[in-house]
Amino acid sequence: MSGITASTALWYASRATGITSLVLLSAVVLLGIAVDRQGRLPGLPRFAVTGLHRNLSLIAVVFVAVHVVSAVADSYVSISLAAAVIPFVSSYEPFWLGLGAVSLDLMAAVIVTSLVRSRIPRRAWRAVHWLSYGLYPVAVVHSIGSSTDLQSGWLLAVTVSCVAAVAGAAVFRLRRSLTAVPRSGRVASALGETAGGQAAGGLAGGPAAGQGRP
Amino acid sequence: MSEQLRVNPTACTGHGLCAELLPERVILDEWGYPVISAEPVPASLRKAARRAVTDCPALALMLTDSRVSLKTAAAHAPGGHTDRRGRLNT
Amino acid sequence: MMTAFHALPRHDRHAGPGVLPRLLQAMDLDAHLAAYGPPPYGGRQLIGVAAVAGLTGRGGAGFPAARKLTAVAEAGRRAVVVGNGAESEPASRKDKQLLWTAPHLVLDGLQLAAEAVGTTRAYLYVHAHPGLPEQLGSALAARAAAGLDRARVQLVTAPPRFLAGEESAVVSRINGGPALPRFKIPPVFQRGVGGAPTLVQNVETLAHLAQIARYGASWFRAAGTPAEPGTMLATCWRADGTVEVVETAIGVPLGELLRLSELPPQAVLVGGYHGTWLTSVRAATLPLANAGLRPAGAAVGAGLIAALPHGRCGVAEAVRVVRYLAVESAGQCGPCLNGLPRIAAGLAELARPRPRPRLRADLERWAGLVERRGACHHPDGSVRFLRSTLAIFGTELTAHARGECSATSHRPFLPVPAGVPASQADWI
Repeated sequence: MSGITASTALWYASRATGITSLVLLSAVVLLGIAVDRQGRLPGLPRFAVTGLHRNLSLIAVVFVAVHVVSAVADSYVSISLAAAVIPFVSSYEPFWLGLGAVSLDLMAAVIVTSLVRSRIPRRAWRAVHWLSYGLYPVAVVHSIGSSTDLQSGWLLAVTVSCVAAVAGAAVFRLRRSLTAVPRSGRVASALGETAGGQAAGGLAGGPAAGQGRP
Repeated sequence: MSEQLRVNPTACTGHGLCAELLPERVILDEWGYPVISAEPVPASLRKAARRAVTDCPALALMLTDSRVSLKTAAAHAPGGHTDRRGRLNT
Repeated sequence: MMTAFHALPRHDRHAGPGVLPRLLQAMDLDAHLAAYGPPPYGGRQLIGVAAVAGLTGRGGAGFPAARKLTAVAEAGRRAVVVGNGAESEPASRKDKQLLWTAPHLVLDGLQLAAEAVGTTRAYLYVHAHPGLPEQLGSALAARAAAGLDRARVQLVTAPPRFLAGEESAVVSRINGGPALPRFKIPPVFQRGVGGAPTLVQNVETLAHLAQIARYGASWFRAAGTPAEPGTMLATCWRADGTVEVVETAIGVPLGELLRLSELPPQAVLVGGYHGTWLTSVRAATLPLANAGLRPAGAAVGAGLIAALPHGRCGVAEAVRVVRYLAVESAGQCGPCLNGLPRIAAGLAELARPRPRPRLRADLERWAGLVERRGACHHPDGSVRFLRSTLAIFGTELTAHARGECSATSHRPFLPVPAGVPASQADWI
């Protein structure tokens, strides 16, 4: 009897930490987009936005770790540790769990490179960090596919809200990237802004022409 | 070994965290870009400086030891930053 | 455009040209070999000779050539040498003239520099002036046929951008990307073309190096001043509208080069568009040498001196130049990108009647914000030009504020290319 209770507890723990991880991951991606767009949270200095982005991501790592370990430890279904990191080798639900492994691997890459970001080339860090935009949808699909709870009720509502928020922010981010003036056009654009006697400090805002590097 | 905070101006996009984290060495110009003092970073500020380097979203900052390269010696004569700070206060 | 060089009778091949010109003699390969022989390969010891000779860079920065050679030679990895012939100053003609007239001196120097730093990888980087790349290609082919060269030389063309000749922009272009400067950590002599330690040397410097290798340090020092030895090529824009590339000993009076007493100008520009204006009176007392020019806030640079004739508007010239400098910004660094266009627009406004009262203060503030805050020295040089404009043309600016201008001709004097680079293709 106690074995089944323990297993049930582990199974619940895995699912609970799973949904929490998804919510945290959503917040992390939103904050990441905020950092990139130089957005601010009311009343907080800029380093708080980056700080929150980093701290939440590390908390998310903890939750993901518990999520994975509890799923592996749980004996009700057989999920090996290898299946958690190597995609699609699980005997139980190979596809949905495989996606989980993919998102775990991507997350590991993003987190590890970010922990050593001042020691690796700037471009390398950026390239790996862009994987976050792949990591998130894979994690979402893994979540919905692996857990019937998420497919209805308030958990579905939570999932949909998170995805909607991230999708909206990602579209905003992507549009900025596509419409940003490329480096080669920035000078022409800056000259256009300052033509016709507008050279005074009356030019609106702060960093006018120099912003928006992708 | 004294260290100096340097910015790669081609990487910098004017986020401005450095000025928040290390106001003793960095202020922002009217366009949001950092004006960094040429004075070395003392041990008391080293932690904050390291944090600025790690936290910069554009990875545009670096802490170099004060030995300068073949050609930058002339370009980074001391005293330049003091002038800029003075003017910016007007 | 008139260019002239001084024809020479035959000289002693071993003692070296006793008189001018040392560089500017038109020679194809046969004439070159007859006059000078093949490149005098001798290994690393050339660096020591160049040090004693006191050869400094002729590309504008005036950096001691031996120090650069040493830095690259000692970098510990296989190096690359680049002959920089991308003379991006619109008003400067001397590198082009040298490459047309005496390419083999440059190519000898390139080979000797490559040998001195221990490499066989070399590049020659030039603007695609009509016919020039082909001419240089033929020169290289002729040398290959004669078995003269030990290093392989690749020709790379530079885009028509003001910054294309900047050291790190040269490297970026040769690496296959746009000719954009980059942040100098790590410096080019440590990581350049393909990540290798790279020597970027102006073509005139290489030509001098070749002759120093042949005739020695004492010969080189026989011209010029003790502190600034040797000869140099100067592009001279005289007040009568003639332009001449002249080879001169360093230290010759500006008055002689520009014929100031017979053609008195209203002002003299020394050092090109990153240079400094001098009053006509002051210029007449100064030599083409840093020892004399530095106290006046000027420098020899790449030897470009221009006498602005009376009857032209110096303010209008400066407005055109400063706008050009803003247009040619790489647009990579916030301060430069924000500051130079504002400065250009500000100077244009200052040249119009009744400029607003705070404009001067704004210009000075922007100038201060822009200096030394770029990855390259473009903002620094532009600010130098701006400040000297404000200093030298003060009277004219005051007149302009009242709506007056003393100029009789509004034809542009200084050459300023039209057009604004708008896409990445403009930098390749």
